[in-house]
Amino acid sequence: MSSAQDFLSNYGKLLLQGTIDTLSMLFISTALAYALGIVIGVVLYVTSPSGLRPKGVFNAVLGWIVNMTRSIPFIILLVALMPATRALVQTTIGVRGVVPPLVVSAAPFVARMIEQSLAEVPRDSIEAAEACGASVPRIVWSALLPEALPSIVRGVSITLISVLGYTAIAGAVGAGGLGDIAIRYGYYRYEDEIMVVTVLLLIVLVQLIQSTCDFISNRIDHR
Amino acid sequence: MISLQHITKIYDGGEHALRDVSIDIPDGDIFGIIGISGAGKSTLVRCVNLLERPTEGRVIVDGQDVTNLSGAELRSYRRRVAMIFQGFGLLAQKTALENVCFPFLASNGKVTEADRAKAKGLLARVGLADKASSYPSQLSGGQQQRVAIARALACDPEYILCDEATSALDPASTQQILDLLQQINQETGTTILVITHSMEVVERICKNVTVLVKGKVVEQGPVEQIFADPQNETTKALLGKGSWNV
Repeated sequence: MSSAQDFLSNYGKLLLQGTIDTLSMLFISTALAYALGIVIGVVLYVTSPSGLRPKGVFNAVLGWIVNMTRSIPFIILLVALMPATRALVQTTIGVRGVVPPLVVSAAPFVARMIEQSLAEVPRDSIEAAEACGASVPRIVWSALLPEALPSIVRGVSITLISVLGYTAIAGAVGAGGLGDIAIRYGYYRYEDEIMVVTVLLLIVLVQLIQSTCDFISNRIDHR
Repeated sequence: MISLQHITKIYDGGEHALRDVSIDIPDGDIFGIIGISGAGKSTLVRCVNLLERPTEGRVIVDGQDVTNLSGAELRSYRRRVAMIFQGFGLLAQKTALENVCFPFLASNGKVTEADRAKAKGLLARVGLADKASSYPSQLSGGQQQRVAIARALACDPEYILCDEATSALDPASTQQILDLLQQINQETGTTILVITHSMEVVERICKNVTVLVKGKVVEQGPVEQIFADPQNETTKALLGKGSWNV
């Protein structure tokens, strides 16, 4: 018992701060990545050869940019973006410093997830909306996105868990958070207990994200 | 009147879906277009509301050439020409009432109380007054198609295009849907264009029929005449009076 109390008094504050940092990095960057990714995903879907407004060349170029960004390993992107990050948020460390590279890395991923979710919407429903005389923005806003929402929410859990993994990598270059604690204390200083506890915290986080998103998705899905 | 003039449709792959098809669909008619799968009948009906653009030829509606309409003009034309689909085309995440209200949303950007009342009336019209808050997954195929018909009626269309509207339904539902379409035609004078591969459907509700084979019109005329004295081999086969070796 006393050793658990010792552990808490030694590391409790550190772990609490780490958890808060991880969660802020996670949710801020994922929210921003979705703001960008939904737009890119919708544009990719709408301009695809079988889309509502086919634009072959534009679609190919945009798809290529998305793929290219997704090809760059996150740690490389993080370092390469440092000048831009500094210009944007005045720092390259801490939660603030890691949000821009996380967004740049996650947005194209989100775009592909959104495109995938939209593609799952039956063509008939969309054509029916078109045949009703709905404009493309109206179809996107009132038919496509609401129809795809349960699938989009399932995608959110996948994105959140991937970004959680990235925050741990970002920890290696001064971003803070649980990943940073696991590396500094657990890995460099051989403090097994703290390594185990951070990993356990991350496991709990992943489970929570997955169950919450599944719950919401099932709740809103009327199919 | 819808007048299709020399419609040819060639897909990007080079496939000729339609070859020089000309059909006049009189106002107030229930007009059948029949053919086997791949005859081009779906392509043809989709050319009418321009979900598909003809490669050549013109679609003339009440004297106006609509073939090259775009933007707001195209959307307002589409509100005059409602469509119902084989797969119903309902939005799965919206209730029956919300689905019927969709055309109002499409044309005005909002759904007023008056719209909602009208939509409820239309649901009652198709016999689904008690299903307004049901989702499509909670309805049978026949009920879903009736919701789709109520949606088609929302904008008081002059024409209703039915693309294999009963092909996914059992005989009882098929009969209900056909009766409903016939009543609508009689009560409102709405012209109905029926695309089907079933002679039974044509016989039950159509006044005139066009037989389409490999994208070409091979026979055209009043239903009684075609049924009594089919000239083309495919027509005979469709009527069960000939073999399919055509």
